[in-house]
Amino acid sequence: MTADREPKTGTATAGTQSASTSGTPLVEMRNINVAFGGVHAVRDVSITLFPGEVVGIVGGNGAGKSTLMKVLSGAHPPDSGEILVNGERASMRSPRDAKHHGIETIYQTLALADNLDAPANLFLGRELTTRLGNLDDDRMEDATRKVMGRLNPAFQRFSTAVKSLSGGQRQAVAIARAVYFNARILIMDEPTAALGPAETAQVRNLVRQLKNEGIGIFLISHDIHDVYDLADRVSVMYHGRIVDTVSKHGVTTDDILGMIILGKKPGDVTQTELEALELRG
Amino acid sequence: MTDVAGTAPQQAVGRNRPSLRELIRATEVDLRQFGMVVALVVIWIGLGLANPNILQPVNFITFSVQAAGIGVLATGMVLVIVSRNIDLSVGSVVGVIGMAYAVLMADVLPGMIGANSPVGWLIALGAGVVLGVLIGAYQGFLIAYLGIPSFVVTLSSLFLFRGLTWQLSGGTTVAPNFPTFNLIGGGPQGSLGGILAWIVGLALCVAAVALLVNARRTRRKYGFPLRPMWAEVGVAVVSVAAILGAVYVANAYHWPSGLATTYAREHGLTEPPGGLQIESGIPIPLLIVMAVTIVMTFLATRRRYGRDVFAYGGNPDAAALAGINTRWTIMKTFILMGILCAISAAIASARLNGGTLDLGQGYELYVIAAAVIGGTTFEGGVGSIPGAILGALVMQSLQYGLGFLGMNSPQINMVLAMVLILVVGLDAWNRRRAR
Repeated sequence: MTADREPKTGTATAGTQSASTSGTPLVEMRNINVAFGGVHAVRDVSITLFPGEVVGIVGGNGAGKSTLMKVLSGAHPPDSGEILVNGERASMRSPRDAKHHGIETIYQTLALADNLDAPANLFLGRELTTRLGNLDDDRMEDATRKVMGRLNPAFQRFSTAVKSLSGGQRQAVAIARAVYFNARILIMDEPTAALGPAETAQVRNLVRQLKNEGIGIFLISHDIHDVYDLADRVSVMYHGRIVDTVSKHGVTTDDILGMIILGKKPGDVTQTELEALELRG
Repeated sequence: MTDVAGTAPQQAVGRNRPSLRELIRATEVDLRQFGMVVALVVIWIGLGLANPNILQPVNFITFSVQAAGIGVLATGMVLVIVSRNIDLSVGSVVGVIGMAYAVLMADVLPGMIGANSPVGWLIALGAGVVLGVLIGAYQGFLIAYLGIPSFVVTLSSLFLFRGLTWQLSGGTTVAPNFPTFNLIGGGPQGSLGGILAWIVGLALCVAAVALLVNARRTRRKYGFPLRPMWAEVGVAVVSVAAILGAVYVANAYHWPSGLATTYAREHGLTEPPGGLQIESGIPIPLLIVMAVTIVMTFLATRRRYGRDVFAYGGNPDAAALAGINTRWTIMKTFILMGILCAISAAIASARLNGGTLDLGQGYELYVIAAAVIGGTTFEGGVGSIPGAILGALVMQSLQYGLGFLGMNSPQINMVLAMVLILVVGLDAWNRRRAR
């Protein structure tokens, strides 16, 4: 892992520039609306993602980031709006539908069954079976050893319940689950929130590596630097709406921060609001 | 991380001379279940010291047949509790299905197909299983699809089906069953006999060894770590010895002399001096509980359904996000429980030769206790079916043994209550220490 990390990072930077935003998007969400009772969690949101592109989704608590991504991952069907995958309308009524379209999600909570071991978690909901339909635990362990060997070569605890693994190991299991099934679209919800510095660096490298393989990634994060470092474009959400989607190269982190806090595009911000913001900062 | 720190010193200490704990770990035998086997042996040694007469084959057979009805239900209760539910209704469901068997065989079927029909018992049993499926589906639907807590649904069923038992019977005991049906309950005729018992025992031995060999071969094929050869051989030897030992004990019990004399007369045999000695062999209810244990363990560990149950128990949200149909999984678990109730009811009513109003009463507590003693925890996601069978054996050993020693049943209940708290308390303490 360490050996091939350097060149990979190098090409990743090149990839950042070449990620094209023309042609057919990998995913297009059009006019998505979600309401919980009277609360509009997501209002009329449209967003696109292209192959090999990382789109950061940022915003304060309750801005609607996670709800929007739950719509795409099939965990929460939208009230209205449509989703296109590779230009074709796709219905996301359940997580199974989304996985069928090559959309994998790494949840902030990791969504691991803590009482099961790593192979059982990796194949949760789509276990490998023998011809008679019995669980093929050996084949699953074998596949898990291979994919974990790529992500975390030191990992050896394949028959331990994941609850007794470290935070980084658990994260690796959650990522392995997405990677193994050849995701074309990856949703990462706060992938580094619970990790130490070394593990965070590992996840960042992984994001670059996956991006190079042509996978489109939605990256939800509170950490503006994470997003600025990894994303090609950034969508800022505020009270359920998208304030703006900007190319990273056109803005500074301060511009993005301003959009997160004020909910307005940089040009629309008045002088008094800017002063108030600077006073707070 | 804390876990690694916790285990490392223990391994370091044991480096020179391997501790018992490490030796057991090398065999990959569940430490908790090993402890329960030890507890069982200790209980029987204690009982034997108190009154050596208890260590006779007839007692082992009687006690294990009594444990069979509880054991069958406990295997299903494990899955119910693992998936974060509870089933308080099992006793009443056993009651109503048992009464249905009796009403069918005493009142309904004789008029339709005659009392001596060779398939009569099968029709009755089939009807009971269908009834079990319907009851399970009713409860499972309310719990999984309408979201009513299982505690409430099954508490309601506890009353509902006990009431229905009275309605069905008109408030009296209903008897008799078909004689062939009663073989399900065991007894000298309802046992395999010596030769067949040895055949079954040997088949089980072959199967056990084949499973071990096959597991080792596939692990080697994939290049996974193998357990040491002495551990493999040790597990195989202990398994084979346990199976053959059980058959030996079952065969050491011979038919009562009166029954043997009748049998000899009916079959035109001359009795040798000292009476005809017919080996009883494994009683059919024990055979049933063995088969149920194997099938349920297979479902729980080798099939998607079992994996779904455990995943749901460990993290319901994760299971749903992984695309598992969690509601259907829960409903299936209750349907399975209904089928097991029908099997348990068959054993219980066959032993009584009919249906009584209190058949199965109080079962729920024994069954839940057996599952919990066997290592199933109420946080969900953790439980073992063989463990629950061991739990049922521990409960029944104490109940039968203390009764044999002359304790009355209220006193025995108090002892069982204390044992339940002791075992679960020890478990909780052990878990907290490990954390």
